[in-house]
Amino acid sequence: MKMSDNKHLKSVIYHICILTLGLMMFYPVLWMIASSFKGHANALSPSLIPDQFLIQNYFQGWQGFGDLTFATFFKNSFIIATTATIGQVILSAMTAYGFGRIQFKGRNFWFSVMIITLLFPQQVVMIPQYLMFNQLGWIDTFKPLILPKFTPLPFFVFLMVQFVRGLPRELDEAARIDGCGVYMIFFKIILPNIKPALITAAIFSFYWTWQDFFTPLLYIQSTELYPVSLALSLFADPQAVTNWGAMFAMATLSLLPIFLIFIFFQRYLVEGIATSGLKG
Amino acid sequence: MRNYVNERTTLAGYIFISPWLFGFLAFMLVPVIMSLYYSFTSYNLVSSSVFVGLENYKEIIMDDPRFLNSLKVTFIYTFTALPLRLGFALLLAVLFNQGRRFVGLYRTLFYVPSLIGGSVAISVVWRQLFGYSGAMNDILVGLGILKAPIGFIGNPKTSLWTLVLLAAWQFGSPMLIFLAGLKQIPIRLYESAAIDGANWWQKFFRITIPMLTPVIFFNVVMQTIRLFMMFTQAYIITEGGPIDSTMVYVLYLFKQAFQYSSMGYASSLAWILLIILSVITLLIFKSSKYWVFYEAEGEN
Repeated sequence: MKMSDNKHLKSVIYHICILTLGLMMFYPVLWMIASSFKGHANALSPSLIPDQFLIQNYFQGWQGFGDLTFATFFKNSFIIATTATIGQVILSAMTAYGFGRIQFKGRNFWFSVMIITLLFPQQVVMIPQYLMFNQLGWIDTFKPLILPKFTPLPFFVFLMVQFVRGLPRELDEAARIDGCGVYMIFFKIILPNIKPALITAAIFSFYWTWQDFFTPLLYIQSTELYPVSLALSLFADPQAVTNWGAMFAMATLSLLPIFLIFIFFQRYLVEGIATSGLKG
Repeated sequence: MRNYVNERTTLAGYIFISPWLFGFLAFMLVPVIMSLYYSFTSYNLVSSSVFVGLENYKEIIMDDPRFLNSLKVTFIYTFTALPLRLGFALLLAVLFNQGRRFVGLYRTLFYVPSLIGGSVAISVVWRQLFGYSGAMNDILVGLGILKAPIGFIGNPKTSLWTLVLLAAWQFGSPMLIFLAGLKQIPIRLYESAAIDGANWWQKFFRITIPMLTPVIFFNVVMQTIRLFMMFTQAYIITEGGPIDSTMVYVLYLFKQAFQYSSMGYASSLAWILLIILSVITLLIFKSSKYWVFYEAEGEN
C-alpha cells in the first residue's frame, strides 16, 4: 500500500513539473495568440487571456501594406513552398535510389562527398550565387527561391537511402522477372514503398521553405512578390507599425499552416528526426 | 543480379544521382571556387572586379575591429547557447524516456519550439516580448525581480542574451535525437548496475552519459555549425545592435555584401568563416577520441 502511494505521489509531481515547464516554454506562443485578440491599449500586457476578443485585428492585419493584402503574400509563399517541396522530394528520392540500390563505379566516393556537404554552411556561397543569379536575370523572381531548392538535401537522401536499403531485394527481382528495368523499378517498387520517408522529407522541406527569410530577403524586391516571412518582417520596424494587434494576428496566421501540418503528420516528423538526425 | 557492375548500371546510377550531382556542382562547388576568386578582388557590382591579391584578408585581420567584434559576439553566442540547448535537450530526453502516461504527447509538444523558433513570426514576437514596454518587463517587475523595466533589446549588455535565450528555447531536435540514443542503451547494463547497488546518479554518469557520447558528439557538431550561422533572429530582433552588440558573423558578412556592396571583401569574410568552421569541426572531431565512447561492434 505504502509503496503504491509513494509511486502515485511521484507520478503527480512528475506531471506537475512537466506541465509547469511546458507552460513556461509555450508562454511566448500563447502570448502571441492571446495578444492577437487584445485591444490596442493592452496589446503588450503579459496576460494570456485577452481583455476583449477582437477578430478585427485579423481583418486589419490582412489589409497588409499599401494596396497589397496578405492574400498575395500567402499565395506567394504557397507557390514557392509547394513547388520547391515537390521538386526536392522527388529528386531526393531519385538520388536515394541511385545511392541505395544501384551498384556503380564511384558510388562510394560520391556518397562520401554528399555526407561531407551535410556540414557545409550555405551562407558561404551566398555572394557567388547572388552574382550568378544576377547574371541570369533572376533577381526579383521566384527562380532563385525555388530552383536551388531542387538540389536533393543530404539529410533527405540519407533518410531515404535507409528506407531503400530496408526493402527486400526480392521485390526488385520479382519486378525484373515481370520485365521491369532499372528505371521502372524506381517508379513501381521504390517510390510506393518509401512513402513514410517521402512524407517526412516533404514536411520538412515545406517548413523550411515556408519559413525561409534569408533567400527572399536577398532576391525579392517588389512587394507584390513578397512571401509571408518577408511581409511579416515589415512589422518588425517599430516606426512603421504601431498596430500590435494586427501584427500578432498575422504572425499567428503565418504559423497556422505549420501547426496544422504538425497536428496531422507529427508521427512522421518525430520518427524522421530520430532515424536520421535531421535538423529541426 | 547481385552486385554486378557494368556500364549499363553505371550509367543508370549516374542518371539517378544526377539531380544531386548537378546541384552540388552548380550551387556549391562552382560558387565556392568563384567566391575564392572574388575574395582576392575588389568588386562593388557596378564596376568590374579588380584583382587586389591578399589585400582584403590583410585588412580584415589587421584593420577591421568590426570583424573581430563579430567574431567575439558569435563565439559568445554559440558557446553559451550550445550547452544551454543541449543541456535542456538532454534533461527533457531523460524525463521523457520513462514509461509514464502522456510522455508521447509531451515529447511531441516540447518539440514545437524548435519547429517555429527560426521563423520571422517568433522573432517579431520576441522583439515585443523583451521590449521596454513588453510583457517580460511587466512580469519581472510584478514578481519583484526587477525594480524598474529594462529595455532588454535596446541595452547592449542584455541584447545578446535575448538571442541566446531564443536559441536555448529551440532544443527540440537534439532532444529527439537524444531520446533515440537513450532507447539504444541496453537495459542489461542498468540491471547489472542495480545488482551492484548503484543509485540513480551513478547509473546516469557511469552508464547513460558514456553510452550517449556518440549522440552527444553528433549533436555538438551539428548544433555548433547551426548556431554559428545564425542570421534571421539577429537581423529582425536586434538588427545587430545596439552598438554592434549582436552583430553576429553572418549578419556582418551580409551587411558588407549587400549594404556596402563590398562583394570582394565579403567573399574574403565568407572564406575566413569557412576556415574557422572547418577548424572548429576538426577540433571537435579530434577531441572525440578522448571522450566519445564507441561500443565495439559484434562484441557480446
